[in-house]
Amino acid sequence: MSQTLYVQLLDLACGALLLTAVLVLWRREVAVIIRIFALQGVALAALVAVLAVHERSAELGAVGVGILVLRAGVLPNLLRRALVGFPHTPRETRPVVNVSASLLAAAVLALIAYAVSQPLVALAPSPATHAIPVGMAVVLIGFFVLVTRRRALSQLVGFLLMDNGITALGFLTTSGVGLVVELGVSLDVLLAVLVLQILTSRMRAAFGDTDLDELRELHD
Amino acid sequence: MITLLMLVPIAVPALAAAIYAVVRWRPATVWVSAASSAVVLAAAIALATNVAQRGPHTAVAGLLRADALSAFMLIVIGAIALLATAATPAHLRAEILAGRADQRTASRHSLLVQLFLAAMALAVLAANIGLLWIAVEGTTIATAFLVGQRRTRSAIEAAWKYVVICSTGIALALLGIILLNYASQHTPAPAGLDWTGLASSAGSLDPAVTRIAIVLLILGFGTKAGLAPMHAWLPDAHSQAPAPVSALMSGVLLSVAFYAILRVKVIADAALGIEFARALLVVIALASLALAASLLLAQRDYKRMLAYSSIEHMGLLALGAAAGSRLAIAAVLLHIAGHGLAKSVLFLGAGRVLQTTGTSRIDGVRGLAARQPLVAGCLGFGVLALIGLPPFSLFASELGIARAGFATGLGWATAAALVLVVVIAAALVTHTSRMLLGTPPDGPGTASAPLHMPAVTATALVAGLLASAALGLTAGPLQPLLHLAADILAGTR
Repeated sequence: MSQTLYVQLLDLACGALLLTAVLVLWRREVAVIIRIFALQGVALAALVAVLAVHERSAELGAVGVGILVLRAGVLPNLLRRALVGFPHTPRETRPVVNVSASLLAAAVLALIAYAVSQPLVALAPSPATHAIPVGMAVVLIGFFVLVTRRRALSQLVGFLLMDNGITALGFLTTSGVGLVVELGVSLDVLLAVLVLQILTSRMRAAFGDTDLDELRELHD
Repeated sequence: MITLLMLVPIAVPALAAAIYAVVRWRPATVWVSAASSAVVLAAAIALATNVAQRGPHTAVAGLLRADALSAFMLIVIGAIALLATAATPAHLRAEILAGRADQRTASRHSLLVQLFLAAMALAVLAANIGLLWIAVEGTTIATAFLVGQRRTRSAIEAAWKYVVICSTGIALALLGIILLNYASQHTPAPAGLDWTGLASSAGSLDPAVTRIAIVLLILGFGTKAGLAPMHAWLPDAHSQAPAPVSALMSGVLLSVAFYAILRVKVIADAALGIEFARALLVVIALASLALAASLLLAQRDYKRMLAYSSIEHMGLLALGAAAGSRLAIAAVLLHIAGHGLAKSVLFLGAGRVLQTTGTSRIDGVRGLAARQPLVAGCLGFGVLALIGLPPFSLFASELGIARAGFATGLGWATAAALVLVVVIAAALVTHTSRMLLGTPPDGPGTASAPLHMPAVTATALVAGLLASAALGLTAGPLQPLLHLAADILAGTR
């Protein structure tokens, strides 16, 4: 792969990553949000694939396939399973911050991500590390979704968005953190989502819905 | 031999979990849980003697590493697990009698507690920071269903908050690890993520990147340790979890997360100088203490009261770590042991009170001393231990932390912390004396368990208090271990 093509593909994958994160902020239907999240999984896997081809690393290619299966297949499916049983499509009706303000916030978060990432890029400038601000912005947007959404499932997507951003950063900085750790991390994320999914269904059994506004039993 | 000793604390609880998965909770397996904890404790003690004589040991392709600090933490885990699991059968039996649980719940409870123990042992034995991260996230997953065990609205809410907040915090720590790895790859001799490699090459880490990494790591593991401002899950989870699980979570899980902060601080001190991590920890410590004090004053729920007191003690640990001298670190480690013992006794006692009175409100419990003198005595002495009265070991360790704080130039912070500690002590004593003293309410209450305490539970409570008092009089055989561990952390070795 020529250097220009590599840089273009890398930027394309990172652009898709950021775009899907912003789309999650824009849409309200939980089912659509889950579909966007699956798209982001594809973008993340594509990013890893581009890096793998560039570094001619079969191991990295295998990790990319694993990421595609987990983040574009298994996790969105788990989320969709949590949706089954709702009489109507759930919507994020009253997010703490409304959609237009959320989009503005995303712009601000992207600027913050850019500022925070300066020392990271400066340590080892390369096409891959120049994309670090994108990963950082996805992490921040994920965190923002997590704290401003009231529906349990949208919070879950926020958490997973953060996690996608962190994984992207892992590959952009150093092609991952070793296979054992990578496997452990993926397994832990999968388990955490399983746990949260079971808890959502229990919450629905106890509260009737998974709007976190209902979570007002415990406070001081 | 020593490799075997390192594998036992992880493998035996995992095996016990497998037993509960296959054979389930029945009369023959009731004590498997306690037996496995006893084995963990024995292996920890053997490992500690070995490590104290022969120095650190690495095993299993460099994934596990035992030094004095891991051995000490393992002893604390084993001791508190023994207390908690010894009291578990009686607790579960009472829950089943009251119809709040069945045999399936009991099997799952025992299984998850064993997995939880295995994960904590793995966390303190992990040779690299990535494996430690996996183990700490594993503890969250294992305990999520334990917190939500009762399946009431409030229990599910607590479990949800617990998993979401802790997973988010730990995700921040993962980002910190990735950045640390990035910085470590660009040193002259890339050392990966091993504690020893990171500590020895810390001097050549890029300071700007390391600074971001350290902030994320301390915030992330601080979330799991229940330090302000990421503490919101702790009071809910600790008050909703079954008593033996609360005892384990408060007694050791918080300290295991704090252990990660202590290890990270070694790297931070070497890479950035001691001022950076110190400033961060002092702010976190004072915020935790202030938060605990303000919410304890008007607390109405005794399990939440104990939970806020855990935040207080984590704050004190952070203050000691900020001071960072050898004395301070030894005091911090002693404090981890002392707080673990006292707090697990209190949570087990509180669980007993909840089962016999049916309410967790402080004003719902009156005249406990007259009706259940043994539980009342344990609670009373436990609270005295918690506020740091001699002869209990928290007195010695709080004194050590305060002295080290004044000696290392943290005078103002330490003075403010002491004022807050006194306020908290007053609140704890007032609330507890209201529960213990006074005239018992007339007529039969909503008692759901027989009033006399099962002998094993009573033994566990008294043993915990005696151990805490003994530790306060002399650290005895733990002394050399404490000093070795303090050497590792204070950067003198």
